[in-house]
This record gives sequence, structure tokens and C-alpha cells, in this order.
Amino acid sequence: MSQALHDKEIADIGTEQLIGAEHSNSSLTSKIGDIVLKQPSPKQWFVSLGFALLGLSGLLVAIAWLLYEGIGIWGVNIPVGWGFAIINFVWWIGIGHAGTLISAILLLMRQRWRTSINRLAETMTLFAVMCAGMFPLLHLGRPGVFYWLFPYPNALGMWPNFRSPLVWDVFAVSTYFTVSLVFWYVGLIPDLASLRDRAKKRIVQVAMGFLALGWRGSASHWYRYESAYLLLAGLSTPLVVSVHSIVSLDFAVSIIPGWHTTIFPPYFVAGAVYSGFAMVLTIVIPLRAWYKLRDLITIDHLDWMARITLVTGLIVFYGYLTEIFYAWYSGNVFESFMMANRMTGPYSAFYWSLIFCNGIAPQILWWRAARRNIIVLFVMSLIVNIGMWLERFIIVITSLHADFMPSSWDMYTPTFWDILLYVGTIGFFLTGMVLFVRLLPAIPIAEMKHLLHQKLHGHAHASEEVKA
Amino acid sequence: MPQVFSAKSNVLARATFLIAGLMLLVIILAGMYMTPYTHRTGVALDQPTPFSHKHHAKELGIDCRYCHTGAEEAPYAGIPATEVCMTCHSQIWTNSPLLLPVQESYLKNIPLRWNKVNKVPDFVYFDHSIHIDRGVSCFTCHGDVTEMNLTFKTNAFEMLYCLDCHRNPEEFLRPTDEVFNANYETPPNQEDLGRQLMEKHAIDTKQIEDCWVCHR
Amino acid sequence: METRQNVNRADETKGASEMPRPKRISIGELRERLKSGDPGVWRSLEEIADDDEVKAFLDQEFPRHTAPWMGEMDRRQFLRLAGASLALAGLAGCRIRPIKEIVPYVKAPENLVPGIPKFYATALTLGGYATGVLVESHEGRPTKLDGNPEHPASLGSTNALTQAMILELYDPDRSQSLTRDGKYVTPAEFEADVKARLRRQLATGGEGIRFLLPSGSSPTIERLFARLQERYPQLRRHYWDAVHRDSVYEGARLSFGRPLEPVYRFDRADVVVSLDADFLFEGPGSVRYARDFADRRRVRKDAPTMNRLYVVESTMSVTGGMADHRLSMRPSEVEAFAEALRSAIRDGVSGEGGQNAFLSAMAQDLLANPGASIVIAGENQPAAVHALVNEINALLDNHGSTVQWIEPVVNPESRLESIRELTADLQDGKVELLFVFGGNPAYDAPVDLQFDEAIRRAGLSVRLGLNEDETSAHCRYHIPLAHELESWGDARAFDGTASIQQPLIEPLFNGRSVVTFLAMLLGDERHEREIVKETWQLAGLGEGAFEDVWSATLAKGVVPNSAFAPQEVSLNPFPAVASRASSGLEVRFKPDPTVYDGRFTNSPWLQELPKPFLQATWDNVMMVSPRTAEGLGIEIDLGAVVVGGAAPIAELTVGGRKVTGAVWIVPGHPDDTVTVTLGYGREKAGRVGTGTGFNACAVRSHEASWFAPASLALTGEKTQLALTQHHYSMENRGVVHEMEVGKYGHKEHHAAHEEMNLYPDREYDGNKWAMVIDTTLCTGCNACVAACVAENNIATVGKDEVIRSREMHWIRIDRYFDDLDNPRYAHVPVPCMQCENAPCEVVCPVAATAHDNEGLNMMVYNRCVGTRYCSNNCPYKVRRFNFYKYTLYPGTWDEETPVTKLLRNPNVTVRGRGVMEKCTYCVQRISAARRRAKKEDRPIRDGEVVTACQAACPTQAIVFGNWNDPNARVAAEKAEPHHYVLMEELNARPRTGYLPKFRNPNPAMKEAR
Repeated sequence: MSQALHDKEIADIGTEQLIGAEHSNSSLTSKIGDIVLKQPSPKQWFVSLGFALLGLSGLLVAIAWLLYEGIGIWGVNIPVGWGFAIINFVWWIGIGHAGTLISAILLLMRQRWRTSINRLAETMTLFAVMCAGMFPLLHLGRPGVFYWLFPYPNALGMWPNFRSPLVWDVFAVSTYFTVSLVFWYVGLIPDLASLRDRAKKRIVQVAMGFLALGWRGSASHWYRYESAYLLLAGLSTPLVVSVHSIVSLDFAVSIIPGWHTTIFPPYFVAGAVYSGFAMVLTIVIPLRAWYKLRDLITIDHLDWMARITLVTGLIVFYGYLTEIFYAWYSGNVFESFMMANRMTGPYSAFYWSLIFCNGIAPQILWWRAARRNIIVLFVMSLIVNIGMWLERFIIVITSLHADFMPSSWDMYTPTFWDILLYVGTIGFFLTGMVLFVRLLPAIPIAEMKHLLHQKLHGHAHASEEVKA
Repeated sequence: MPQVFSAKSNVLARATFLIAGLMLLVIILAGMYMTPYTHRTGVALDQPTPFSHKHHAKELGIDCRYCHTGAEEAPYAGIPATEVCMTCHSQIWTNSPLLLPVQESYLKNIPLRWNKVNKVPDFVYFDHSIHIDRGVSCFTCHGDVTEMNLTFKTNAFEMLYCLDCHRNPEEFLRPTDEVFNANYETPPNQEDLGRQLMEKHAIDTKQIEDCWVCHR
Repeated sequence: METRQNVNRADETKGASEMPRPKRISIGELRERLKSGDPGVWRSLEEIADDDEVKAFLDQEFPRHTAPWMGEMDRRQFLRLAGASLALAGLAGCRIRPIKEIVPYVKAPENLVPGIPKFYATALTLGGYATGVLVESHEGRPTKLDGNPEHPASLGSTNALTQAMILELYDPDRSQSLTRDGKYVTPAEFEADVKARLRRQLATGGEGIRFLLPSGSSPTIERLFARLQERYPQLRRHYWDAVHRDSVYEGARLSFGRPLEPVYRFDRADVVVSLDADFLFEGPGSVRYARDFADRRRVRKDAPTMNRLYVVESTMSVTGGMADHRLSMRPSEVEAFAEALRSAIRDGVSGEGGQNAFLSAMAQDLLANPGASIVIAGENQPAAVHALVNEINALLDNHGSTVQWIEPVVNPESRLESIRELTADLQDGKVELLFVFGGNPAYDAPVDLQFDEAIRRAGLSVRLGLNEDETSAHCRYHIPLAHELESWGDARAFDGTASIQQPLIEPLFNGRSVVTFLAMLLGDERHEREIVKETWQLAGLGEGAFEDVWSATLAKGVVPNSAFAPQEVSLNPFPAVASRASSGLEVRFKPDPTVYDGRFTNSPWLQELPKPFLQATWDNVMMVSPRTAEGLGIEIDLGAVVVGGAAPIAELTVGGRKVTGAVWIVPGHPDDTVTVTLGYGREKAGRVGTGTGFNACAVRSHEASWFAPASLALTGEKTQLALTQHHYSMENRGVVHEMEVGKYGHKEHHAAHEEMNLYPDREYDGNKWAMVIDTTLCTGCNACVAACVAENNIATVGKDEVIRSREMHWIRIDRYFDDLDNPRYAHVPVPCMQCENAPCEVVCPVAATAHDNEGLNMMVYNRCVGTRYCSNNCPYKVRRFNFYKYTLYPGTWDEETPVTKLLRNPNVTVRGRGVMEKCTYCVQRISAARRRAKKEDRPIRDGEVVTACQAACPTQAIVFGNWNDPNARVAAEKAEPHHYVLMEELNARPRTGYLPKFRNPNPAMKEAR
């Protein structure tokens, strides 16, 4: 109630309100910095940390058991050789997408509303990609020899098979992770410096100082910083498209009905951004409440994200429709059976809930009121997350469980260990996020100041110096 | 406000990077150094009795096949049964202490336990007979055993080592009657000779490069 | 010498060291346990010596020392090992290679070259009838059985059971010591005891001495018994087989006045009518019969004709699946049908509707082929049916041409009578000394006789058996029996042809053969070899030149012209029989297609073999027709996309006796009939077989030996069956092309597929290996699957894993049918297709599966990292994955029991955990042949490489060879106009092709199937 009021009040100042009225440079620094330096963490923080650690320990158990027993403990079988592992891999990679998009593309497009959420998004990306990265390794029959997927000179005289999309994956994901990491870190440097300078405890000073790489905020620093940041943005822009396109090729390159589709790359990228933004919402909404950041992450931010979610959601839904159309239009017995089986077969329940989550539900975001209603947005974001997981489930499972030879059709049922591993990665992800908001500035101080500056003196000066 | 770090720390930072780099280098070098060590190439293993190939094969001129009977017909060249040693040593050097283990084995009917010098992994199916038959000499892989007092391996049988020959046999092939000849001199026209031999034996590198030639 | 082991042997050895040390027990404790008489804890005197090695050995050897095979302990152990293996896998990079030892012989055995397998000819018996086999032996370990081409019952083929007999040899549950009341005694003690009792019998002429034997055809054993009989004239022999052939001999007695053995010549028959006889799959000579039958059914350019098969049966049998016309009826109705057929043949036919239409058309067909037709009755039908059939064959002049009669190969006296008399005598206390050789009467004797109880009435009961089974438990003494591969002997085939059995290996568990045992009773100290030899010397083998002929015979595996001469028969017509068909539900007993009468219940290979038509493993079920199921209220949706294995449990009541088991629907099964198979529900089968399925013998009484009125009621509970196929319809994907033989040559026009390929086409100028499978000839008998398992060290995974769809068979037989009530079946053996454009190869990230220059799709286990993408992308789903370390898995016994390691084929890698595997066209055989050919500087000859499945196939439906060789058989088959490949439109260009399923329906009866 009171929160709604508050949002409204901010919203009314100007058409687009991206930063609280009362803020000055120093207030920004202290407001954001104090989360890390002074302010005692709210109890919600401890609660969520508790849950996160619980999940994390689940992950450790699941992995230990897996390495002991072998992937026999999972529900995978012949014909369904890929199960939860790959579903979750794609899901996490998708979630990772919002980060690069926001930081890179929106930066280049000079979308001012990206500031204040981009740091969170980038961090999310990092942990999401880590979660994703686990699965391809763990789902190997012989994880001990995973390094054979990398091209390196060896005594076997063997290279990886460069025709295999799985090898492309190795490159795509590792590049993506590295670039995101650098991008994220470079963005952090000025903030780390300001924290170093405000910190009272010696230990914090040293730690922040070490990470700040001796940033003094001199003109030359800013000059190099800005150009480096832009450069990196340029670098990672193609990645936004490439990574998930390549992930989609893991399927599209095969001949399995339901996988062998040319529409996969665009439709996967859209899906990725879609789920990415949903996850940002899921994280941001509680966060801004707990840390009273409604004046920095304003309702307009949420609105913007909701719009993007809607757009990408529509693209994804279009993807579903084309799949159905071509299943019918191709006249291919395998394709048409696959689609009929999805709609009416043993997994139809999953399919229809997918259609609801990603096709029907998002339409509510057409209404401004809905986009600016915290509750609706939060629920919506959860629905989207679920929907996108279901999408991967449908793609992986229903395509495999009844493909070409009717004699080898069979069902896939996840085991306890499949589920624990999945929950575990969520735990890992949350742990990362929760610790991050406590230990590092969750909102880019420097960029906010930049934004503030622009707000106060009308138009923007791209690389104007901002002093702490 | 006071600086957290003094100016020295820059030097410190650079130093750390340098050291890290050096350590990396060391590790790599160590790894390279380790390899032949783990393969024990050139290392003579302890054996129940210090058998000398040099003495038997060179000085006495005993043919490889006298002891390694399987070489021409079977996958395994074979290690001689104790009785083979005893064909001679029941007559000569009967009271040499070096031969005690052999005599003991023979009398008590307990097999000798030799340490394996040359070996390939279990998932490699190597067949001596076919190599001998196509003109790959014993000495090409095993080195000049006739010069070894205690036997050691001269080559680590890594996959690349095998591929070298499977990809260009012409560099290694000998006329079949020279296969067991320790004193064979590689002719200057080895390349041509090798190609002729490949022609003669219908050796097709396309075929002998297939995985299933060695791995089944 | 060293033999090939696991991909990661290091892991195994590590694992072994991780095994928990057996708990030592003090002599005192031991004495205590001995007093308490618990046989569980100790097995032999060595253990008292408390020698650690021996103990460790025993612990591994004896089931009760290790935990039960699905037990918790075992699981932990498995985990520990797996964990260790992983730990090592991680370190693989920086492991310092361990030094291994070479241990040469002290005195090398003669003409044994390590690494070169030797082949020996011998014979193995089932139900007393011999099948000649060639045994492959590596450094003295028999590893693989193949049929002996010289042997009439085999002609080089075998059935699945014969393939599995090699595993029977290595079964770690075989009994290993001589026991009295479950406690160890020395052979000397035992012999003293028995001989003393025998001496006492001399007075009465051996009145009290009884032998209970399964059917046997060994001349030597006959001779030894004759010698015993001289000493003890009153001694009596009784016979019992669960799968007995009483009615065959009784039928002959009715027709010809004396018991005779029929031998069928399917190679001469154009029309075959089976009255409930599964001659292609069961009974003596079935393998040979299948071959002869197939030779008249092979449709090719030069001879586009085939024989015609009518089957009238009371269950769904393999033979029935092959029928051109099939009529199913309750077992008791067959007799009336036979009667009707006889009169139709004798008095001419009258064409009416319904069943009679079938009958009359069939009769006309028969009459049109006098002397070139066969009517054959099943051994489960009463003697009357056999008598009628004999008469029909006589009326058709088939006797002498297609049906020949010879002297019985095994003792023809009625098994049911024989065991009944023995039981009576036992109950009257007339039996002083009872010897039970082999078999398992306590388990499978007619239940109403309560034979197991009766045994205890004998003064002394001595059991000679492979395992300590139900029968041993009731006998005083148990003596380990030597396996046929461990002993000298002789046996006759279905046509009387004799073979000498020679041992391939010293008895593993110090068992003794029947011959040695009888010789012992006679006080004959000679080696069994001498005794067998003597038999044949006395029989006048090879007049004079005995020694030469003897060794020649051993090498050949067949005693020259020892087949029985056909007998002249004069037929006395059989009186008309009034139909004795009862009404209501009937139970029909049947030997199990995989575990037979229980002999193979402990064989994981056979347990995991899918049962024809059921595609179920590890269980026997009550088979009913869809209509009957409906009546019973059974809900199984056979039409589902994926048919789950949840089967309702029902209670079967026969003559007041009850047994409960899983029910399953089998389309084509006669209504109001329930088929149950023998061999399951055993209590003392061993770690694998105990507790699987339900015991049909529990309701199989003396009167109801093959079928009887019964009632069936659902209990409401359910159980999970381990099915290997979950969808019956081809979904119009042209998996099997079916056509009538008349249409040969008219290939219905397919739109030719534009074959496009991103990658340049490869040229295969050298060998171009290819396979053609004739679906017309495939009976679905699974012999190929068993052979493949034996040849390629394929793991068995156990029921739970099969339920999770993780079976490992490299070749599987898919069965499809088109209709629930009146189905036509088609069987498709599916090995790896060895595609030229293999979808699996493109997607493997580490190039572990790649193409070789002869077009084979190579799978390199030691390179595989286990992404399973190849399997996903395989349209034929022929790839198999080691989800666990199945070599350690309880289904196979590897780590627990070194003995089964002797069984491994040293030329095929034993696959470790997390590795993909698949059919390789038996590349190890190709490689061997290639090396042989190279040494002789010649190309590989056609027929020089024979894959395991091809060799085993009784109907020779599989042809393999070099497609580039114009004279190769495979090239000819590929050139057949109707040759096709699975899912051609995918353009994977499989090397494995198929020939369509031709049928030969009677034009006169289009509508009836």
C-alpha cells in the first residue's frame, strides 16, 4: 500500500523517473555504499541466505553422489539420452542473457534506464552462466576426461570433432563467461575505489583497494575507463546473439523431429532475453523493497523491463506457432507425429502449461497498469521463469521419447537426484546473488552519478568527468 | 585522506604477476620433464634374474624367435617358458648363482615373474605377427635390444608414436627377410624402397589409420 | 598370458583393493555354527584352515558369503568401487604408469600359441538330444559356442539356450563341494557310505536301488547301466522331464504298435500344418527344422516361391507367428479339429463357413500336395491327436517321404507313469538307495505327487547336480555334477546321429560327470575318457583303425553314419474320438522360451532375453487374449504411445491349487485360455534366478500336465514388468515391407528420394561391409541376440535397469503387429545400421565414433566421454550406454566372482562406466580375417567373416559380407528388387538392409488370416 503510493509519487515527477528527486552525488554514494559498508543487513537478507545455503549444500550432495554412482542415478535412458541436465543448462544460459543485453546493447543504444539495474543483471549473468556451465561437465559419462573437448596438442594426435555443436558450445559458453566477467569487473572499478575511500575498517580498505587496482579517478583514468568500457560493450554485443544461437544449434544440428528446425537460433535468443529479464525482475523486486531502493530502481525501470519481456515473449510465442505450422505444412510423418504427440501425448500437460506461461499469460503486460503493478510483475516474472523451463523440457524430452523407431519409444521420469541437482544450482545462484548485494555495490554508483548529472543539467555529455 | 597503499605496492603488484608467470613456466617444464620419466624409457627394470639380451642375441647370436616364439604367428611375441631357458642352461652355467631363480622355477614348477618392459594399454590391440609379416622390424619399435645388457624400453608407445608409422610406413618398412636383422643398415633410398614394399604388400595407409585397427 | 580387460583396468584394480576384507571367524565360533548346522557360514575344510587367500576366494565364490545380489551391502560396495574408479579417472593425466608383470609358463603346453584361439567340436544336450557345437577356446578358457556345421541338428546354427550354456559352465552359483545334509564330507567318506549300502543291496539283487534321470541318449551311460544291471538285476531306472514327450511315443504306440520317434523333412514339404506344435522353436531338432523350413521359404530372383504354413494352436508360439494362416483355439479343442481334419482328408472335404472354411481350404491344400506336406502335432496335445495326425500323414503318403520314423533316441517310457511309480515306491518305503541325476524333480515333478516330500522316505538319497537346488535340499548327499563342457561323454541328436563330448576345461568346481559317478559305483577306476572310448570300440567304430577314426571323430564332432535308419511303419487306423472339449477357461503350460524348464533360471543372459511376443524380461507372465482380458476387467492400453509395464496380478486356480502372477495381453492368443510358462518362481535357483516370476509347476498336476480347466481372477494388485518394447504399431513408417509372394517383382512405385549430402560422397574401393536381413525368415527366436551377448562381452543389467529402458543388447528383435484380435506379426532384427551418412558421427564432440574406410561406423570406447548425443541422434536407437559400471553390476558377477572373467572374449574391450557402445559387425572377426588374408597376400574371401548373429541364426536370415565383391552372397541379396533400408528418406544410407516379409496365403481363403 504505502509502497504503491511511494512509487506513484516518484512516477509523477516528469514523464520518466529513473532517479529519486532528493538525490545528490553524495547521497547516492552513501545510499548505495552504506549497504556494503555500514547498514546492518535486513532480516530478509539472512533468511534468503539461509535458503540459498540450504540449496547449495543440496548441490554438493547431488554432485558427490553423481560422481560416485555415475549418471545412472538420473532418469536418463535410451531413447531419452538427455534429461534435466541439458534442460537446466539451456535454462540457465538463457537467464544469463539479460546481463549482456542490458550492459552491452542498451549501453550502445544509450538507454539511460539501463543504469542502476545493469550491475545486478551482469552479476546475475555471471552466476547463471556458472550454474549452466556445471551441467555439460556433470552430464558426461566420464567427467574425468572433460578436457578432451578442448583443442590442445596431445600425445594422442587427436583433436575434438569440430563438426560437433557440443564443441562450439564449449567455445561459446567459455567466451561468454570470460567477457561477461571482465565487463562486470571493469564496471566495478570506480565504485570499488569510492568504497575504499569511504571504508572505515582497515580490512575493507585493503580488500577494496586491492580490487580497485589503484583507481584514483584521475582524468586519464576516466578517459581510459570509458573507452575500455565502450570497447568491451562492442565486444560483447555479438555474444548476446551468438551464445544462445549456438546453444540452439546443439539441437538444430541434429535430425530429431522437434530439434531439426531452422527457426531455433532466433527463437532461442528471444527466449533467452525473455527469461533473462524475467529473472532480473524476480531478483530486483524484492531487493528494492528490502533495501529501500525504490528511488534508484524506480517503477519506470520495472515498466521498461516489462515491455521488453512482452516483446520477446511475443517472438517466442510466434516461434511456437511456426513450429506447429511447419509440423503440419511439411507433411513429414515424423514432424507431424511429434507435434501431435506434444499436444495429445503423455506429456501434453507440460505442453499446454507452456503455452499458458509463455503465450497467454504475458499478454497482460499490454496494460500499463499491469506493468506498473509490483505484485502482477513479480508473479508474471515467476510464471515466465517456469514457462521457459517448461519450453526446454518440451524440446528435449518430447522430441526424444518418441522419435523415429516406434519400437524404442519410452518415457522419461526424473529421479530425486535430477531434481536435487536442479534445486542445488538455484541455491548456488541465490547464494552468489545474496552475498553479492552484501559485499559489492549492487547499483553502479558512478553511473548513477552520471545519470544524476544528466538529469540536473538537461542533456548528457557522453564522457564527462564525475568526481567523487 | 591517507592512501591505503603506499607507492611500493605497485612494484609489489608487478612482482606478483612476474612470479605467477615464472611458476607457470616451471610447472610446464616440470610436466615436460616428467613424461619420459613416467614412461620409464631408457630405464631398466628389476628382473628376477639379470637377463642380458646383448649376451644372448648379439654375442651368442641367438635369433629373437628362438625365445619369442609367437612373434611370427600370434598377437603376442611371447615370453619364453622356463623350459626354454633350461634347454641350454641344464648344460651350461648350471652352477651360476644368477641362474638360481630359473632353475628353481623349473624344479619347483613356479613360473618366473618378469616385469613388463614394453607395453601398450589394455584397449590397444597390437598384433606382432602382422607387423613382422609386413616388414616392420622388431628393432624399429623395441630399439636395438641386442645392445642392451639389461632390457629397457626405447620408445614410449603413445598413440602418436604408432601413428607416425601408420601414416607414413614407407619411412620404416624393411624387406621381410631383414626384419630380424639387428645389423640392418637403413638404405639411402629408404623412401622409395618403402613405397615399393607398400606396393608389394598392398599396405593402404587409409586402412591402417582406422581407429578399429587398434581399438575394438 | 595377459588377457584383455576393462577400458580402465586401473580403476578395477583400485576397486578390488577397496573390497572389504572378509570377517575371519575363530575355530570356536565355527564349531558353534557347525553345531547349529547352519550351512550358510561355511563351505569347505580349507576355511577351517583359515587361510586368508582361500577365505577371500571363498567369499567371492559363494553366494551366501557375499550379500544378496540386489542387497544393500552390494550396492555400497558398488558405490565404493565406482567412486574409486572416478577418483582415478580424474588423476588419469598425471598417474605414474604402474609396472605390470608377465608370467610365462614353466613348461609350455603343446601346440598352444598364446593369443590364437582354438576350436574344439563337442556336443551339448537339452532334454537328452544333442546339438553339435564348436567351442572357441582362448588359452584354455572356453569363451564362445557356435553350431557345428557338420552336425545334423545344428548345421552351424544354434538356439539361444545353447548359446547360454557357456555361461552355465561359469555360473558362480554352481555347487562346489560334496555335502551331506548341507555339511561338507570328503569324497572318501561318501564313497564308503554308498558302497557299503550297495553291498547290502547285492542280497536282494538291488531291489532297493533306484535311479531318477532326465532323458538321456548317451550310449556309454546305457552301457554302464547295463553293467550295473548285471550286478543288480532288480535295480530300476525312472525318468522325469518337466518338458516330456509322452504323447509323441504313446501316439506312435497307438498308430504303429510300438514307440517310435518322428523325424520331419521340412526341406521336402510345400504345405505344413501344425496342430499346436512349435516345431521352429522347441523340441528336438527344432534348429535343424527351422533351417529346412526356411530353405523352402527363401524368396529370391531365381526362385520366387515359398512353402505355406498353417498353424492351429492354443497359445501364441514362435511358429504361429510365422504362419500364413493361423487359427487359435483352446487346447482341448485341437483334438476335435484333428478329428475333423482326418475325416476331411479321408472322406473328402465339405466347404462351409467359419472354422470349417479354414479347415476345408487347408485340407484341399494338403490333398493337393500328397507326399510333399507335413501335419505335425505338438507334444502338449494328447496321444489321440498324435495318432490322428499320424493317420493323416499316412493318408497323405507323407510317411517315408516328409515324415520318417526311427527308433526312439531317448527312453520312450512314459515320464508321468515313471515318476508316479517311483513316488509310490518311495512312499511304501521300498527305496533303499535313490540316485537323482541332474534335472530338478523336487521343483518340477507333478505337484500332486508331492515328490519332494517322498524323496525323504528313501533310505539314502544321493543327488548329482550342477547347483544345490530344490532337489538337493531334499536329498541326503549332494555331489557337484561336472558340466558337459568339463567332461567326456556321448549323446545322440534328434535323428540318432551320435557325437562324442570332449571336455574343454578341467572341472572348475571339482564336479564329476555321470559317467565317472556310475563307474565309481561299479568300482571302475579308469578315467572317463577310457570308458567312453571303450563304448565306441565295442560298438565297432572304424573297424580296426579305431584310434585314427576316433581322433577324426573327435575333430569332426560327429560319429560317421550313426544316424538311425528310418523304419517301415504299418498304420492301424485310429478310432473316431468323441470331442472331449471342455468349456470355460483353460490353462496351457509351456516351457519358457528363455529359461526353459528352470534349468536356465539362474542365467542372466537368458533372463534378460526378451520373450517372443511379450518383449518382457526377468519374469514369466500369464498370457491372455485381448477379449479374455476384457472379460477379466484387465486394463492395459496396448495402443498407448508408450505402453508401460504395469501388469495386474491375477490368481490362477487349477484343480483347487492356486498361484498368483502377472497377467499380460498377447494379441493372437486364443480366447478363454491362459498360457503360463515353466521354470520360474524357483526358491533355490541362485543369486540371479531366485524369486523371479511365479511357479507354474505349483498348479501343474499329474492329470493336468499340459492343459486343464482353470479359473483366473484379478487380485487387484499390480506389478511392474521389464518390457523392452513399448509400442506395437509401425505408425506407417515402413519398418517392415509386407507383401504376398505372388506379387514378387511388382515393386509398388516409391517416389525416388533425391539423395543430397553436404559432405562429398566417400568412395569405398576396398572392402564394403554390408548386411541383409530377410524378414520373411526371421522367427523372432532371439538366438542372434544371445550369440551377440556371448561374442561381445555384453553386460546384463538386471530387471530394474531394463525397466528404466537401459538394456544393453547390440541387436534387438522388434516385433510389430497390425491388429489386436487377429494380428499378423512381423519381426525385425535391428543391429547397428552402419550408416554411410551416420548421424551419430557428426555430433560426437571428441570423434569417438567415426567412419572407417570400409564404411563401418566405428565406436572407440576408450575415446568416448559419454555425452550420449550420438544415441539421441541415432534414428534407429541401436546405441547402448553404460549408465552404471555394469561389469560390476549384480546382473553380471564380474568383480565378485573371478570365475566369470574366464568367459570374457579377449578380443573385445570390456566397456567401463559412462561409455557408449553398439554393434560393430563383429569387427574383431573382420580384423582377424583381414590379418589372416594379408599374411596370405589375398583378399578376404566371401563367407570368411561371419558375424555372431549370422552364425547363430537358425533360419540363416542374416547375410553379411563384402558388397564390393560381385560374387558375394550379400551383393546378390542387395540386388534383390525388394531390398530396402529402414527410413530411407533420412538419407543415412544404412549398410544394413532388409528383404520384405513375404506371405503365402491360400488363394481359397483370402478373408481368413
